[in-house]
Formats: sequence, structure tokens, C-alpha cells
Amino acid sequence: MNSHESIHAAILPHLKSGDWLTLLLGGTGVMLLALNLWSGGIADKAVIRSGGKIFREVPLSRDQQIEVPGPLGTSVITIQGRKARISSDPSPRQYCVRQGWLQQAGEIAICLPNQVSVELAGSQKKYDSLNY
Amino acid sequence: MQDSETSPSEPRIPHPASSLLLDTTAEDHHIARMAAVALGLTVLENAIPSPLPGVKPGLANIVTLIVLVRYGWRAAAWVSLLRVVAGSLLFGSFLAPGFFLSLSGAVCSLLVLAFAQYLPARWFGPVSHSIYAAFAHIAGQMLVVYVWLIPHAGIAYLIPIFATAALVFGAVNGIIAARFMDNDGKPNMEPQP
Repeated sequence: MNSHESIHAAILPHLKSGDWLTLLLGGTGVMLLALNLWSGGIADKAVIRSGGKIFREVPLSRDQQIEVPGPLGTSVITIQGRKARISSDPSPRQYCVRQGWLQQAGEIAICLPNQVSVELAGSQKKYDSLNY
Repeated sequence: MQDSETSPSEPRIPHPASSLLLDTTAEDHHIARMAAVALGLTVLENAIPSPLPGVKPGLANIVTLIVLVRYGWRAAAWVSLLRVVAGSLLFGSFLAPGFFLSLSGAVCSLLVLAFAQYLPARWFGPVSHSIYAAFAHIAGQMLVVYVWLIPHAGIAYLIPIFATAALVFGAVNGIIAARFMDNDGKPNMEPQP
């Protein structure tokens, strides 16, 4: 198309190789800023509570296993691939283990008998509190 | 009493007593002319509506970019700061928050241009100067906004928008400045069918 070619002819000769580098750096910078500042809803840490108090806040960036002591025994929480789950727990009915992987911010798994819970949190809090 | 600072060869303009006649050099006139062009572009740009306060094409910076390449950093600093002050007087916003935002943006972009002007001209043209200065401009403005006007972390949500505007308008202004300087002296560059 003629207008397309003339736009190219009007702009491209004035961009030198360093200018392309600057444009690339600028574009990368804009994307990094958008990713870091606009990712409010993504879960980035797991809040582990034992006996009602916060036991530990763990970032989801590293795969790890955390053992949480409780009145019935030790619950093991596994963090893998930015997801979290309670992998083993001494509760009789294993509801929290059967809940499986937590992925979204705000999701929570609670082991009532052992008084252990794990909740995924992001930079934004969706709800002030939840009651079941 | 009359001020006798003018040279004897210049024709004396008849003026009443107790007034000053300033000695101006050709360079002063030149910088004033450039600043006036930048001011004209600012007035023109005022007619363009902006979707978000603070997102402006910054057309007057084209003049600053050209002055930087042709006449050096000091001239560009004079033109830029004169334009900010005179523009604020013209729009009646002198010493208003908008004036301080413009001023902080201008100062920060000039600081970056003081370094960017030494980028080798073989590889880096006005487009690079413009983009670096534009990012410095928004950084300076966000700093003033955060420290003084809106000390709330929520303004972080606006940063990606301003960064995109800085990249886009910085590139556009740089291309316009580059076209102006490249086409100077070659009046019939574009073959129009």
C-alpha cells in the first residue's frame, strides 16, 4: 500500500541502531512496570496459621515443604509451582488434604482438628473476612 | 537618571527617566526566539484534549531536542525552563501545582539530557534523547506527586500508563525532531506521487 510505504519512508530513515536499542529498553521497561504494578490479584505468598495465630508467611516463589506442629501432630504443607496444599495431616477425616491445590489469592484450606490453616494472599485483599 | 550601559554607537531610544535599557546579545535573541516557538507549540497543544491529566504529547520538547543537538545543553536548558515559566504565566498557573510538576519534569529531563547528549551521534539520534528525557520527566513528576500532592501508594497504578505515554510520545517527538533536522537543507525530500 502506498500510504504504508510512505509512512515507513517517513520514519525509518530517522531511526538509528542505538534508537532501536532505546526503543527496546523503553518497551521492556514499560512491560516490567505493568507486570509488577498491575498484578494486584495474583497470589504471591501463603499465610500459615496454627492455633489461630500466624505461624509463618511463606513466598510462593520457592518450592518447599513446611511442617506445622499442632495439638494432634504435624501437618505438612507443600508449596510447589506457585501453588500450595496441605499434603499430610493427622486429622481423622482429612478434609484439608482432600481439598487439594490452592492457586488463587484468597483460597484457604483449614484443618480444624489440628488447628492448622493455609491461605494464599496477594498484594490486594479481596475480602476483609470470611465466615462459613 | 538614565542608565548608560548601552554602547555609544547604538541609536538611543528616547525613554523617560528612571528606566533600564538591557544589553542583549544575539544569542539572547536567538534563545528567546526558540523559547517563543516552544511556547507557541505549548499553546497549540493546549487545544488537544487529554484522556488523563498529565498525559500530554509534549510537542514543545521537539524544540528542546533540536536546540540540544544544534546549540548545546545550556541553550536547551534555557529554552526549556523559559518555556515552562512563560507558559505557566501565559496560562495563569504560575506557582500552581501544575507549574511545579512541569518544572520538576523539565529539570529531571534536562539532567538526563546532560548525559544523553554525549551518546555517540552515529548510533543515537534525537529519538533516544527524547525517550530517555521523557522517562526522566515522568519520574520527576511522579516523585513530586508522591512527596507533595498525593502521598499514597495507589499512584503506582498510574505509572504504567505514564510510562507508555512517555515511550510513545517520546518516540514521536524524537522522530519529528529527527525529520526536521535531517530534512533541513533538503527541501524536496519526499517524492509525492
